[in-house]
Amino acid sequence: MKKSYEAELDCANCARKIQEAIQKDPRVKFCSANFIAQKITIEADDDVFDDVVKMAVECVKKVDPDCEMII
Amino acid sequence: MKYKMTRKQKKMLRRILITASLLVVFTIIKVIFSQIPWPVLLVMFLIPYVIIGYDVIRTAAINIIHGQLLDEKFLMAIASIGAFATGEFPEAVAVILFFQVGELFQSIAVGRTRKSVAALMDIRPDYANLIVTGEDGQENEETVSPEEVAVGSIIVIKPGEKIPLDGIITEGNTSVNTSALTGESLPQDMVPGDKVISGTLNLTGVCKVRTSGVYSESTVARILELVENSSENKAQAENFITRFAHWYTPVVVIAALLLAVVPPLFLGITNGEVWSTWVGRALVFLVVSCPCALVVSVPLSFFSGIGGASREGILIKGANYLEELSKADTVVFDKTGTLTKGSFAVDDIHPNEITSADLLDIAALAESYSSHPIAVSVIQAHHGHLDKNRVGDVREIAGKGVCAVIDGDDYYVGNGPLMDEVGAAWHECHLTGTIIHVAKVAGGKSEYLGHIIVNDEIKTESAKAIEDLGKVGITRTVMLTGDKEEIAKTVAGKIKLTDYFAQLLPADKVERVKELMAKGAKTVFVGDGINDAPVLATADIGIAMGAMGSDAAIESADIVLMDDNPVKIAKAVRISRKTMMIVKENIIFSLGVKGVILILGALGIANMWLAVFGDVGVLILAIVNSLRCFRISDKN
Repeated sequence: MKKSYEAELDCANCARKIQEAIQKDPRVKFCSANFIAQKITIEADDDVFDDVVKMAVECVKKVDPDCEMII
Repeated sequence: MKYKMTRKQKKMLRRILITASLLVVFTIIKVIFSQIPWPVLLVMFLIPYVIIGYDVIRTAAINIIHGQLLDEKFLMAIASIGAFATGEFPEAVAVILFFQVGELFQSIAVGRTRKSVAALMDIRPDYANLIVTGEDGQENEETVSPEEVAVGSIIVIKPGEKIPLDGIITEGNTSVNTSALTGESLPQDMVPGDKVISGTLNLTGVCKVRTSGVYSESTVARILELVENSSENKAQAENFITRFAHWYTPVVVIAALLLAVVPPLFLGITNGEVWSTWVGRALVFLVVSCPCALVVSVPLSFFSGIGGASREGILIKGANYLEELSKADTVVFDKTGTLTKGSFAVDDIHPNEITSADLLDIAALAESYSSHPIAVSVIQAHHGHLDKNRVGDVREIAGKGVCAVIDGDDYYVGNGPLMDEVGAAWHECHLTGTIIHVAKVAGGKSEYLGHIIVNDEIKTESAKAIEDLGKVGITRTVMLTGDKEEIAKTVAGKIKLTDYFAQLLPADKVERVKELMAKGAKTVFVGDGINDAPVLATADIGIAMGAMGSDAAIESADIVLMDDNPVKIAKAVRISRKTMMIVKENIIFSLGVKGVILILGALGIANMWLAVFGDVGVLILAIVNSLRCFRISDKN
């Protein structure tokens, strides 16, 4: 499954770091944190997708406390 | 278009203005009253510092707990605290102040660009007026969301409404503005039987439309999906910057650490003066450690380039395709539907002992019951009234033509072999194209009346399109066609193509494109997207034109032209070249300025102020520069 979530990404470099952090999880097949689109796109297998999204939300908070991924 | 700031942005702007005024006032006080003791000054400058920097400090603190030591907010906090420690109070405030100015500017610039692209793409229909037949057989209009409308439903579209779904007009005349999709501002008149495209605007009349597909497969849904996803396909330049940014910050921070510690070890480990000098220089490094200018300006340039192109009816599926297109040197065209209209038209009439008008009259009458494209072109060329009562029996002779009884006489209309069959004294024509011969057979005697030359019409814009491509540096323009050699040669000559290949089977087209690519040419293939999906996929860049209403084209191409005007190809190339130019300018400029500041900082020539201005200034200039991609002039 592949889905996009809105996120208030503050700057381009923050987006890049968030993307790199989420990609570190081996369950994540594809991740793109897009500053311009203000979107985070995540692809993972259906059975782990919800967990991956939860992980991503945590990840975003950790990398940039000012940013929130809206699910 | 005026951009309205969000609440968050307005709040930040207020903080910036208050801090800036306090900073100016306090700095003047500091200069005039130089005898103020430093603890008083420190408290004074801490006021604006807290106003502007409380969130930065908070985030920095949280990041320490999370072990995120290379966050730019953390680094800015360190730089400012370091500045306080070395007694540079105004600088300490300025570092955070300008950091915030840069962030605000970035957020406004991106918000603005997004908004203008969104406005271009303001084609999403909100509702459809569905006709529902009630139990009493009464037809009622119901407002529903476009997603709920089934195929084959009848919807009503009123003047001023967006057409919500693709379909065919069943009732009512109107004119439609397609500018949101094609950039073409001239309205198109529509009558029952015409195809309407979702996302266009109904201007004048009320009309009923039978939908030909569901919303998710409509033109408008596909276009929106394409544009929204275009930023997922990243260009090499962008990947380069991402990789660069990954290493840039750690390297600069380590360099700053070394700069702060190593020289004092040799120059005087106990000398406070030496320490403060080198720590001050190291702080300059920290200030320029954020790669934001680079990281934002590259994707922003691509995004505005793609946005600017979509305003022209050129949809680009990703930054990577824009990048590839900018390197193109060869453009290969499919002939039919791309350079030619794909519909036949009468080129010339060569009568034999009768008038042109009479010859056309007979041919048109004989063909008047046929729907073959060539027959249609002859009928269209006949502008007067066609009195079908004059036509008696019409017999089709497969592969050769027709025999029709007109005014009681037998007429044969068709190709050379048909003329041979009836024994007419026909001759070849010196013109190329499809030749329709006409013979009259009366009283066992056949008489040759002449011939009509029909050709696939070259689009009026084709010659200009090829000329424009030459101007933007495309060295080779090639046409591929399944048509006969002579026809290909004539078309190629008329519009001044550098090359053509005729009599190709569909599979041959793929081979030809492969051959060109094997020779190292960066090859663009332009087709109408109907039969040439394999070629579109083979070429470095596939451009499908006339995509209004053709789903296949949107699927298989990398770049989609909404209308079928070949002039847009050169425009797309120009947009791509300009965008790449701006991307390169931004990369070189931001790297260059940061590099110079680092060198000057290490040598002690650049102070904190220069570093702050350098950092934020570069960011702002790079953003402003990337917004230029949005404006593409028609000049070459």
